[in-house]
Amino acid sequence: MHMLEVKDIHKSYGSYEVLKGVSFSVEKEETKVIIGTSGTGKSTLLKCINQLDPPDKGEVWLEGEELTSPSADLNRIRQKIGFVFQDFNLFNHLTAMQNVSIGLEKVKKMEKGKAREKAIEELKKVGLEKQADQYPAQLSGGQKQRVGIARALAMDPAIILFDEPTSALDPELIGDVLEVMKNLAGKVAMLIVTHEMGFARNVADEIIFMEGGHIIECGSPDQMFNNACKARTREFLGKISTLYGKE
Amino acid sequence: MILLGIDSVTNNLPFLFEGLGITIELTLISVVLASIFGIVLAMGRAYGKQPLPFLIYVYEKIFRGLPLLVIFFLIYFGLSQQGIHIKAFYAAVIGLVLHSTAYQIQIYRSAIHAIPEGQKTAAMSLGMSRLKTIYYIILPQVLRLSIPGWSNEFTILLKDSSIAFSIGVFELMARGDAINSMNPQGILYVLLFIAFLYFILVFSINRGLNYLEKRYKISGYEVTAVR
Amino acid sequence: MTLLLTFVAISVGFAIGLLLALGRVYGNKIISYSCIAYLEIFRGTPLLVQLFIIYYGLPAVGIIFTPITAALIGLSLNSGAYQAEYLRGSIQAIPANQMIAGRTLGMTRFQSIRSIILPQALRISIPAWSNELIYLFKYTSIVVYIQVRDLTFQAKDIATQSSRYLETFLIVALIYLLFTYIFSEIVDQVEKHVRIPGIGLSQTIVKRNA
Repeated sequence: MHMLEVKDIHKSYGSYEVLKGVSFSVEKEETKVIIGTSGTGKSTLLKCINQLDPPDKGEVWLEGEELTSPSADLNRIRQKIGFVFQDFNLFNHLTAMQNVSIGLEKVKKMEKGKAREKAIEELKKVGLEKQADQYPAQLSGGQKQRVGIARALAMDPAIILFDEPTSALDPELIGDVLEVMKNLAGKVAMLIVTHEMGFARNVADEIIFMEGGHIIECGSPDQMFNNACKARTREFLGKISTLYGKE
Repeated sequence: MILLGIDSVTNNLPFLFEGLGITIELTLISVVLASIFGIVLAMGRAYGKQPLPFLIYVYEKIFRGLPLLVIFFLIYFGLSQQGIHIKAFYAAVIGLVLHSTAYQIQIYRSAIHAIPEGQKTAAMSLGMSRLKTIYYIILPQVLRLSIPGWSNEFTILLKDSSIAFSIGVFELMARGDAINSMNPQGILYVLLFIAFLYFILVFSINRGLNYLEKRYKISGYEVTAVR
Repeated sequence: MTLLLTFVAISVGFAIGLLLALGRVYGNKIISYSCIAYLEIFRGTPLLVQLFIIYYGLPAVGIIFTPITAALIGLSLNSGAYQAEYLRGSIQAIPANQMIAGRTLGMTRFQSIRSIILPQALRISIPAWSNELIYLFKYTSIVVYIQVRDLTFQAKDIATQSSRYLETFLIVALIYLLFTYIFSEIVDQVEKHVRIPGIGLSQTIVKRNA
């Protein structure tokens, strides 16, 4: 049984079909990266997975439970899926630590003291235990995103979805966030939508290339970068490599 | 000659202060009730299913379009004609609450709209139900953002309480009028004194709430609600 | 009568408000503080109290007004205070560069204000101003208590005589609502007419609440 299974997802906005039948799976502790041109529905796909924006057709299964079924207890299942947003979406009225602990307290019903402890632990993992009592407005973009990751991690999810986590960051700050993500590889399953080719190349177990609402090709980084089957894949990666420089 | 009449104030101090007490009581009760209804209805309008938002919209339109005086008359005199007799004080509270709630809904709505959609999305991704999201994430921020508009509304309620005089509530203004009938001589001083009392109250409320606003400010948000 | 009071009061109030707003923003310390004092006083006390002072209180020092005059004065002074605040907000919302640009062209302060700042500020204030119009319209009902025969006064008369309170006031309520609606529409039309693209706060949508 795959840990996460996505079967034939279709999604349209009005008359415009964004996802035209996407299927793949993710195994436990696997790191998969989705790349592709903008607007191909990569972000939409992530939102379809945790049902924030349910797909029109298709199924999503997590650890043997079907999320797309009408009787699914989404609130409970969502605890198993972490989500890291492009715009961070930290809770503005809470400190960094409270941002991480609130899920534990209110959703997992953890006792306050324990929740605090765990929150600080998670913040340590992302290198921000000193900023625990600061508010989002006082943090830099990179720090905010790391708090976002800590917040997702704290829930002990089976998989974390990353929606272009570094796209809103200044170049110098991207490195810190990627570093944190690199350290997570192999410890928790990750499905990442990103343009960071260096990261994809070095950290991903598998790369999925999407375009026009379809998966064009997928394979290991080595395969994809050096020996891609489809011409389009080679074209895309070729251009991107030139742009970003081979790492 | 002009100073003649200051004794109208000094002789009647206890009388006037009693009126002040009623004014404050009237204002506080109305403010609390109107705030609660205001928040609930604002949430209802933002998150509820039709026809709830529409009904609330209609409510707002009606009670923002009517003079407080007319509302009071309808409640106090109109209802008693139908055999329902309410004590003037309660009628005044009902009138003030109906009127103020309509305006407060607007204040809370602006605050709700000022909160980015992402806050809700993030909360739900953590597994929070809609209700929890609203209670733990949206509401705390809404309350903080509404402080300026709310404090404005508070002082307006205080001033509007003077209109309760029209249905016989024996608050501060009514007492001023009573003194006028009994002893028209010192009326100017009495009125000035009454104005002074209101002014002090309004001023303190403003200062107090200003402090509150600064303390609970969330940086990065700008909301101005104008009455 | 109600309409008369409303329109006169809002016009005079506008004039007063404009002077106060300009005085507060551009005046020197003395003018500025006097304006602020005026504003604090008139916004810090109930309209009813102000009307009473003017009508019942002033005769004690020999100044007597007819009910209508007293009402007009009171409403204008009060409205002026609130309008000053809206106008001040609008004036301050205009980037300082506009004034600087005007001055570099060689205009005097006065000319800049008149030709550059005001046209923009006035357009920005329209939503708030329409609020004030409707507000004033409703609050004219208070003049009942200084013996002015406005709509509410007449209604009260009729109601007391006929003992049909509910019906009378419901009708009155409908009349107020109707006019409120009409005023909103008219102001909306005016706003569309004088609209200049790019001028107008995004909060315009929030302020328009009548």
